[in-house]
Amino acid sequence: MPQRQTGPTSGLREVMSPAPGSPESRRRARRARRLRRDGLAWLLVAPAGIAYVLFVLRPMAQSVQFSFYDWDGVTQSTWVGLDNYVQVFQNSELYGSIVNAFELIVYFSIIPVALGLFTANTIRSFATSRLALVSRTVLFLPQIIPLVAAGIMWTWLYASNGTVNQVLRIIGLDRVTRAWLGDFGSALPAVGVIGAWVHFGLCMLLLLAGMTKIDPALYEAARIDGAGPVREFFAITLPSLRQEISVCITVTVIAALASFDIIYISTQGGPGNQTLVPGLAIYRLAFFSREVGLASALAVVLMVLVLGVVLPLQRLNREGDS
Amino acid sequence: MSRSGRSVQRAALTATLVAGALALAGCSSPGSSTPEESETPDASAPSESATPDCGTEPVTLKAYFETGFPLPSELAAEFEKQYPNVSFDIREDQFAVLTQSAPRVLVDDPPDLMRLPQMSELAKDGLLLNLDPYAEAFGWDEWPASQLEQMRVDENGRRGDGPLYAMGLNFSMTGVFYNKELAAQIGMTEPPKTVAELDGYLQAAKDAGLTPLAQFNGGATGGLAFPLQALMASYGDTSEINDWIYQAPGATIVTESNIAATEHLQRWVEAGYFADDVNSMDYAMMMSRFIEGDSVFIFNGDWESGNLDNQMAGNVGFFLMPPLEEGGSFGAMSAPLTYGISAYAANPDCAAFFLNWVATDETARTIAVEVGGSHPMGPADAYMPPIAEGSVTAETLAAGAAIGEQDGAMDFIANATGTVYAEGWTPNLQKLVAGEIDPVSLLEAVQAEYEREVG
Repeated sequence: MPQRQTGPTSGLREVMSPAPGSPESRRRARRARRLRRDGLAWLLVAPAGIAYVLFVLRPMAQSVQFSFYDWDGVTQSTWVGLDNYVQVFQNSELYGSIVNAFELIVYFSIIPVALGLFTANTIRSFATSRLALVSRTVLFLPQIIPLVAAGIMWTWLYASNGTVNQVLRIIGLDRVTRAWLGDFGSALPAVGVIGAWVHFGLCMLLLLAGMTKIDPALYEAARIDGAGPVREFFAITLPSLRQEISVCITVTVIAALASFDIIYISTQGGPGNQTLVPGLAIYRLAFFSREVGLASALAVVLMVLVLGVVLPLQRLNREGDS
Repeated sequence: MSRSGRSVQRAALTATLVAGALALAGCSSPGSSTPEESETPDASAPSESATPDCGTEPVTLKAYFETGFPLPSELAAEFEKQYPNVSFDIREDQFAVLTQSAPRVLVDDPPDLMRLPQMSELAKDGLLLNLDPYAEAFGWDEWPASQLEQMRVDENGRRGDGPLYAMGLNFSMTGVFYNKELAAQIGMTEPPKTVAELDGYLQAAKDAGLTPLAQFNGGATGGLAFPLQALMASYGDTSEINDWIYQAPGATIVTESNIAATEHLQRWVEAGYFADDVNSMDYAMMMSRFIEGDSVFIFNGDWESGNLDNQMAGNVGFFLMPPLEEGGSFGAMSAPLTYGISAYAANPDCAAFFLNWVATDETARTIAVEVGGSHPMGPADAYMPPIAEGSVTAETLAAGAAIGEQDGAMDFIANATGTVYAEGWTPNLQKLVAGEIDPVSLLEAVQAEYEREVG
């Protein structure tokens, strides 16, 4: 950086108007340019920014505000402080819904990622053949089916005379058959399997894309060193896919904790609240019980929980990079 | 710029945005700008002297009906024919949507006529027009009092007493439908006269390899409340059940007779009288199974009479839940198909005139029976349309008269509070089916949910 001139004349001149070409004037020009450029940037961002504030941040702030009131959505509300939050954690039905959501992570997240890894690795071994294209397409299909349609389809599959039970009867497992979505033990896992089926395709495709980026020379080197397919998988494939796996887990964990559509269509939280999740509970509280304050409090708790699970995952991913 | 500098800037930006959002959200408490303060509606004033009517000037009645039920629209069409200066502007939604949007719609887009969900909150909040002046003008107060009882709400939101806030298009009645062919197979030639006889027929159906009862109880629909309440009326007193539903002070559902009724239901569950998938069966599935002959009995209401007469003509019968001992007391759920007028409605007089016309006009009463399948409102000796002999509609209408004599009409236990069905009855009845709860705990859990709301 050029030294700043400290002589009396130059100081005076600086106050009045800096000589062109002096370091100070250059700095000012730069600042003005940056200001113009920043101004333009702000102008370009403004439409999206305003929409974001109006339709994302404002409703979020409103939810937080509502959560401190007892309000039926129409008439005058009353300030109740943290009462709604206390209720969220005291009402076994409400915190039960949070526990259910965490159980769903197993089905929405862990199973699809594990299966996706296995399938992608298998498909990779015959990546150039037509079979790979076909299997990729078929396995990705569930992802493009609307969740509501998936929910309805699975309700039929799970019905007492549906395909699932028919298959079980054919192979002689009559004793296992049941109304899957109406049975206390099987309802939540059954709903979870729908989620696993939906999310599996996405995970598989992401992981497969990640695998194509791995340098084939690494595999060659490993093979020369005498590594088998299992060793190859754990030593090369898995570590190279850290970023893709973290994206998969993030997306599916959010889907599990904030799940609504599949459950609304297939069980509506029944039987006996066995499949009640926070998303559904918020909907019921706000629109059927008209307890907008309590619904907002549960929504805020849900948001904090999602952030609490997802942010550490991101950090883990970033630390792994450096 | 250093890393920390950038994150400071980002934090500042976030803070600005959040602060802006909060400012936009406004700091006033929610709900402070309902029109209640600005303009209190004229507390129902039908034009004095003459009885209110639709006049001769063109009138457009704004109506908000329930999708899937043709009765209101057919009545509206007939009314337009008889009163050409009136036309209807009809909007329809599913009942669940009506429930959610009722308070907002009644204020923001006030209909002259609206199908009402559970109405105590709406009346308490001043969103519905007080119909007492119309009741006096049209002479509704001379009808059997039990017809209007459920639509009266006092200032605390308790039903059963107080001003009238709604009117029925007809009133429905519940009981047991049975498949005549299958009933003959198990030796049932006439309806059971006692609960024990019914037990015997259920067992006979089970022994014959038939499904005795395909009752919906899946998802958010606790349909076992139908047989449960029927048993409650056989074991106990219907007026006690009504007191509980109307939120009488100190009322409880945990009574000896209700426990006995719930235990009886539990015996049915344990004996395997219900289809093994009742906990995942919805209402539509129950109806299709019954119509296809996959269930001997179902507990349901006469709103299906017309439909069943079409789909299984001559093969369907109906009886009221029998008493414990022959000649003993029994009951049925009976509720009006409630329609209300918004407190902010533009044409309340014409809407009230329409409601009176539905109950008194002969063509309207015929439509109420033939399309709705249920008994029309109105005086006990009013005109009744001729009904085909042997149809199930004839049987349900006769049952309505029997219940009237018994004074055995009850509202539905699911209507006690806005949430007692979804949060109380449904999950706990599903638990009873799964053997996860005993009868006393079931009733106690429902009572706790009830008290949470009634306070």
